Amino acid sequence: MVGNVAPPGRSLHRFANPGRFMRLSGALLPWLAAAAVLVCAVGVVWGLVFAPRDWQQGDTVRIMYVHVPAAWWAMGGYLGLAVASFVSLVWRHPLADVAAVAIAPVGAVFTAICLATGSLWGKPMWGAWWVWDARLTSVLVLFFLYLGHIALTNAFDEPERAARPAAILALIGAINLPIIKFSVDWWNTLHQPASVTRFDAPAVHVDILWPLLISGLGFGLAFAAIVLLRMRTVLIERRVRAILAARGMEGAGVSRPVPAA
Amino acid sequence: MTRKKRRLAIVLLAGLGLGTATALTLTAFQDNLVFFFSPSDLAAKPMPPDRPFRIGGLVEVGSVERSTNAAGKLETAFRVTDGARAIRVTYTGILPDLFREGQGVVAEGRLAPDGTFVATSVLARHDETYMPPEVADALKRAGHWQPGEPPPPARLWNTKEVDRSAAAPGPLTN
Repeated sequence: MVGNVAPPGRSLHRFANPGRFMRLSGALLPWLAAAAVLVCAVGVVWGLVFAPRDWQQGDTVRIMYVHVPAAWWAMGGYLGLAVASFVSLVWRHPLADVAAVAIAPVGAVFTAICLATGSLWGKPMWGAWWVWDARLTSVLVLFFLYLGHIALTNAFDEPERAARPAAILALIGAINLPIIKFSVDWWNTLHQPASVTRFDAPAVHVDILWPLLISGLGFGLAFAAIVLLRMRTVLIERRVRAILAARGMEGAGVSRPVPAA
Repeated sequence: MTRKKRRLAIVLLAGLGLGTATALTLTAFQDNLVFFFSPSDLAAKPMPPDRPFRIGGLVEVGSVERSTNAAGKLETAFRVTDGARAIRVTYTGILPDLFREGQGVVAEGRLAPDGTFVATSVLARHDETYMPPEVADALKRAGHWQPGEPPPPARLWNTKEVDRSAAAPGPLTN
C-alpha cells in the first residue's frame, strides 16, 4: 500500500492532524460565511444609506465604512500571517504554513481596497489622490509585503519548501505593523490621527461609530471565512498532489498498474 | 524539545535585533519622515530660501485675505499657526473645499526673501472628529464651541442625542 512507500507515505502522514481540521472547518464554514454576509450587509447599508452625514465632510464620510474596516483587517490579517509564520518556524506545525499561504492574498486584497478607497477620499477632502506621508507609505509597504509573500510562496516547485523563507519574510515585515499604527503619532502626517482607539473617548459620534464597528466586524468575519475556505482548498490541493506523486512513484518503481481512485 | 526551544530563542533574538535596528534607523531619519514642519520647527531650524519644503498647522482665525491678481487668478494670503508661532503663507489658485479658518492645512512651497512662505500647493488636513451636522450646530448654539476653534473634547458630544426635527437636508453649515 501507499503507507509502505517511504517518501510519499511520510508526506501523507503529515496531514493526519489536518484531517481533523477539515472536518471542523467544514462544519464551521457555512455558518461563518452566512454571518459574514449578514453582518457586512447590515454594517455597509447602515453606513452608506442610513448613517448621518458628517459636519465637515458631508456624504464623503461614507467611504470610511469601507476604508477603515479594510484597513483594520489588512493589518489584522498581517498579524495573523506573522503569528502563523512564527508557529511554523518554531513548532513546524503544517497547518501554520497552510494558514500563511491562505492569508496572504486575502490580506493583499484588503490592503488594495484600503488604498483605493483612501485615494478616492483623499482627492475631495485633502486635495490630493496620494501623498508620501508616513501613514500612506507604510500601508503601501504592507501591500508590497503581502505581494512579496505571495511571490515567494509561488517561487518553489514544491510549495512545502517555500514555507520557511516565506515565514522569515513575514516575520521581518511584522515590524511594519507598529509603524503603520503609530505613524500618525510619531511623525507629522497628512493622514488624521486615530479616532476610535484613543485613550480619551472616541472622537466619533455614536450614530457614525456603530455602523463603523458593525462593518468592521463584518469585514473580519468575511476575512476569516475566505481564509478558512482557502486553507481547505490548499490542503485538498496538497493532498491531491501527494497522492499523484505517490502513484507516479509506484508506477515508475514497481511498474504496477495505477489502481482506480 | 531543546531544538524547538533553540528555534524559539533564535527567532526572538532576531526579532529583538530587528526591532532595535528599525527603531534606531527611524529615529535617525526623523527629519526626513515628517510630512511637514510646524512654524515652531522652522523657527528652531531655519530653512535656506530656495529649498522646497512643507509647512503645516492651523489657519489662524481672522488671517485669511482673498484677492484677485492682474491675471484674474484667485490669490489667498493667510497665517499658519501651531499655537506658539505663526508664518504668513501666500497661494495663487483654487483651495480645497475644507480650507477655512481654524482648519488644519499643509502647504508646499519655499520661503521668499521677506520671510513669507510662497506655496505651490495647499492641502487641507482633516481632523479626527466625526459628528453629524446637527450635533455640531447644537454645540455651537449652546456656546460649547467657538467658531474657528477646534471641536470640544469628544466625551462632551459623542453620545449626544441628535435632534432630527431640525435636520432638514440643506447645505452644510461650517
